[in-house]
Amino acid sequence: MLRTWRYFLPLSIFFGLLWFLYTGLSLNPREIPSALLNKPTPNFELAQLHAPEKKLGNADLKGQVWLLNVWGSWCVSCRYEHPFLNELAKEQLLPIIGLNWKDKPEDARAWLAKFGNPYKISVSDLDGRTAIDFGVYGAPETYIIDAAGTIRFKYTGPIDANVLREKILPVIRELKKS
Amino acid sequence: MPWSARQFLCFMFLCCCAAFVAHAQTPTPEMPPMPLEMELRLKKLETELRCLVCQNQTLAESPAGLAGDLRREIRLLADQNKSNEEIKEHLRARYGDFVLYRPVVDGKNYLLWFGPFALLIGGAILLWVMSRRRAASAKLLPTVPVDADVLARGNALLKGE
Repeated sequence: MLRTWRYFLPLSIFFGLLWFLYTGLSLNPREIPSALLNKPTPNFELAQLHAPEKKLGNADLKGQVWLLNVWGSWCVSCRYEHPFLNELAKEQLLPIIGLNWKDKPEDARAWLAKFGNPYKISVSDLDGRTAIDFGVYGAPETYIIDAAGTIRFKYTGPIDANVLREKILPVIRELKKS
Repeated sequence: MPWSARQFLCFMFLCCCAAFVAHAQTPTPEMPPMPLEMELRLKKLETELRCLVCQNQTLAESPAGLAGDLRREIRLLADQNKSNEEIKEHLRARYGDFVLYRPVVDGKNYLLWFGPFALLIGGAILLWVMSRRRAASAKLLPTVPVDADVLARGNALLKGE
């Protein structure tokens, strides 16, 4: 009895190691856990894309669940995700705010005119400092912020129908309930 | 019709161009002017911070747009008389531990830092215990009385007679 146990010990250690290495390989190194999850939204106050004389800040958005989408007309993946954002906007579940990251405002406005505008308001982050405050490292990125102004969800990379259904909508539903 | 090598190369070249277009943001705005001493200090600091886009490069080396923005951010912070530690903490609060090129030693990763040494020491102890056990059991082997006749024959065989 003791003998067989001894023979199987190295085998089980081997399989344990195999499991560790396998999970290590299947992780996505691009997915950096957000340092800001469950932290308050960084303060910002930026000019609106379609009305540069007016500003919008995080303080104006308090008291409701809202979604922040980081995008740019130069960003190819943003174009891929755009139809899905338009879909989400149609449902009118929550205000979608765009952070137009390091873009020329005229390019951004033309891009939205061409592909549709899911954003209630887009703000222009011309020098990219607000994006740095949010820990943005590649567009598109999506954040969901609760009524208290706390970041509750972050998704890096383009949203598609699957991400929308499996990740984003459940979070929105959960946050709107409470 | 299959592609010629030339067409294929052209196609690959265009693909590479497309990859660059993806990062054609507006360039990093101008940085505040720095005294030479501070510039040198910040250059050194940049080698201790990671570019989040090209993950195996430091901020000092990376040509990515975000790296440029972060170099500017560092200068703006230094301009406000922030120390190196404060600047690191500022970026760490936004990008997490990952932004530090030299990983920190804290509770979460003790296993990673010290696990291999623990395994080594554990293995050495195991080896020592096992060899002691083996030596002890070798001592316990019954000594078989050998006949003088048999011994003589054995010796003769060994000598090859």
